[in-house]
Amino acid sequence: MDPIAFVTDPVMQGFLQATTRLAIPIMLAALGGMFAERAGVLNIALEGMMLAGAFTGFATAYASGSLWLGVALGMSAGAVIGLVLAFYTVKLTSNQVVVGIAINLMMIGATSYAFRAIFGPGTDAPRVTPFPPVNIPILADIPILGPLFFQQGVLVYAAFVLIPLSWIVMSRMSAGMAITAVGEHPEAAETLGISVARVRTLCLVASGLIAGLGGAFLSLSATGLFLDNMTAGRGYIALAILLLGRRNPWGIAAAAALFGGADAFQLRGQGFGSGIPYQFLVMLPYILTIVVLIGFAGKGRDPAALGRPFQRNRAE
Amino acid sequence: MSSSEAAGPSPSSALAGRSEFVSSLLAVVLALAVGAVLILAWGASPVTAYAALLDGAFGSWNSLGETLLRAIPLTFTGLAIAIAFRGGTFNLGAEGQLFLGATAAAWVGLAIPTLPAPLLIPAMIVTAAFVGALWSLLAGVLKLRFGANELITTIMLNYIAILFVSYLLRGPLQEAAGYLPQTERLSANARFPALIAGTRLHLGFLLALAAVVLAHIALWHTSWGFKLRVVGLNARAALNAGYNVRLLTLSAFVVSGVLAGLAGYMEVVGVQRRMIENLSPGFGYTGIIVALLGQTSPFGVLAAAILFAGLQVGGSTMQTASGVPSTLTTIIQGLVVLFVIGRGAVDLFLARRGAK
Repeated sequence: MDPIAFVTDPVMQGFLQATTRLAIPIMLAALGGMFAERAGVLNIALEGMMLAGAFTGFATAYASGSLWLGVALGMSAGAVIGLVLAFYTVKLTSNQVVVGIAINLMMIGATSYAFRAIFGPGTDAPRVTPFPPVNIPILADIPILGPLFFQQGVLVYAAFVLIPLSWIVMSRMSAGMAITAVGEHPEAAETLGISVARVRTLCLVASGLIAGLGGAFLSLSATGLFLDNMTAGRGYIALAILLLGRRNPWGIAAAAALFGGADAFQLRGQGFGSGIPYQFLVMLPYILTIVVLIGFAGKGRDPAALGRPFQRNRAE
Repeated sequence: MSSSEAAGPSPSSALAGRSEFVSSLLAVVLALAVGAVLILAWGASPVTAYAALLDGAFGSWNSLGETLLRAIPLTFTGLAIAIAFRGGTFNLGAEGQLFLGATAAAWVGLAIPTLPAPLLIPAMIVTAAFVGALWSLLAGVLKLRFGANELITTIMLNYIAILFVSYLLRGPLQEAAGYLPQTERLSANARFPALIAGTRLHLGFLLALAAVVLAHIALWHTSWGFKLRVVGLNARAALNAGYNVRLLTLSAFVVSGVLAGLAGYMEVVGVQRRMIENLSPGFGYTGIIVALLGQTSPFGVLAAAILFAGLQVGGSTMQTASGVPSTLTTIIQGLVVLFVIGRGAVDLFLARRGAK
């Protein structure tokens, strides 16, 4: 047998395609989380932002017939949650974890309520036609890389663009320096004339936009439908991705790919009658998250002001 | 939380406690007001809907019994999270600990069904508490040994535990008939007697009350509770005082797991009479809100548990009577917490007006 036949094998192709499809939502959520954490705010609300994005995106696309409008409003819904989070964590200096958890729990109820309010209690799930895969000419035919990167829906390409873009913003632009300063030493940033409150608020809005896109990806690109609590903990997994990727866009992309691979692997495992009960396969990404936390927690350095509210004129 | 922490040890703590109660009450009222707007948006009358809710929650002996029945697991999970919180840890894993504790208790009950009740019931209680504690301890060890943030690990452990229980209920522990993901029915010796005739309220409610009193005594009148609270408020100070911070933190995880496991046990023996796959509609997560609304004090937890139990039980009546989905109550619960935390906004507003 041709030693590289597995590369063009349709099963392998499907696996690679699925890896990317499953990696993208958690990658986007983690990328959103990065902006918040680099500015010193723990964003536990990623899960709620994704759920809001998934629902709002779906409902908008269903009502208007426009997937793109869905994406836009899905992202906006995430941004609104970012504003709420900013109001609490920046303005009121509340405990960042408590607010995040409260938001997540509320979004589960809110999206479920709104879904029933709009679509009724009917049994047949409403659907939209999701973004179709767009093959990039020539590149799509490259073994391995083709199915991984160039046979995807258009939102995947948008997500790919966000990685270098985030990297440029964070490490090559003054905005990134301001964000880092605020996350590392807010008092010093303030003396340089940087408004900690403004930077953190904007970072949380950006966080919401990107995590909302991750949610909209779930409903508008990966599936074409909305299900109660369809994020299934991806917002929390993203926090582990963030740690594994050392809060760096490239690291986050690589870490997300690892999780996408694990998820694609377990999905295939369910399909092929491996004899392993499916529950153990579904567990895989959650176990992997814990393994990552064991291996990488405390290895990288957290932003010095992470989780610490900042109050101007505190000394007075 | 910073405001309640600051208010705790001060001489005016009695007054602070009262203002916390008022702010909790205000938060509930505000959340219900927002809920009323959502009911209007649905196209129903808030008055009719809330009347149905109130009637369904407290309107008769039967509905009161259902509300208190629902308050049992919420009290246990609320206490579980409140005690962990007092010790400076976030136990978001009550849901998984509940499922594993419940399954283990059901397994014991089914393995030795002929054991007399005075032996069987304690055996099941101890098993549920032990298994819940073990699962919680795992998160504690991961935190202390590897620095793995318990916020994330406990959520992941929830998914793992619930999937594992799903495997057991569709595999080794499934009922002989083999249709539904559930165990056989427990024998009569394993059940609790009813507390009020004609309702489903069972002896477990008294145990929940006892747990509240015990938790209060443990937190406020034992040296363990004192040290635990010091660890939660300022771990560095606790270290300087020579406390064994690691052991205290682990003990918070263990106690938390015990209480969550007991929540599962109560549902198995008192409500379902067997282990089922959908045992909990998120008691472990609602417990977080219960703990926060109760200002992480045991009696506050009890009050919050009864309130949220009433919301949930009344929510189903409301859905039947007015068509408004009962998930509205989930939104109200979340809003209550956001408003409780948001009490700082009022202070901020007043301070700003004072400055002008």
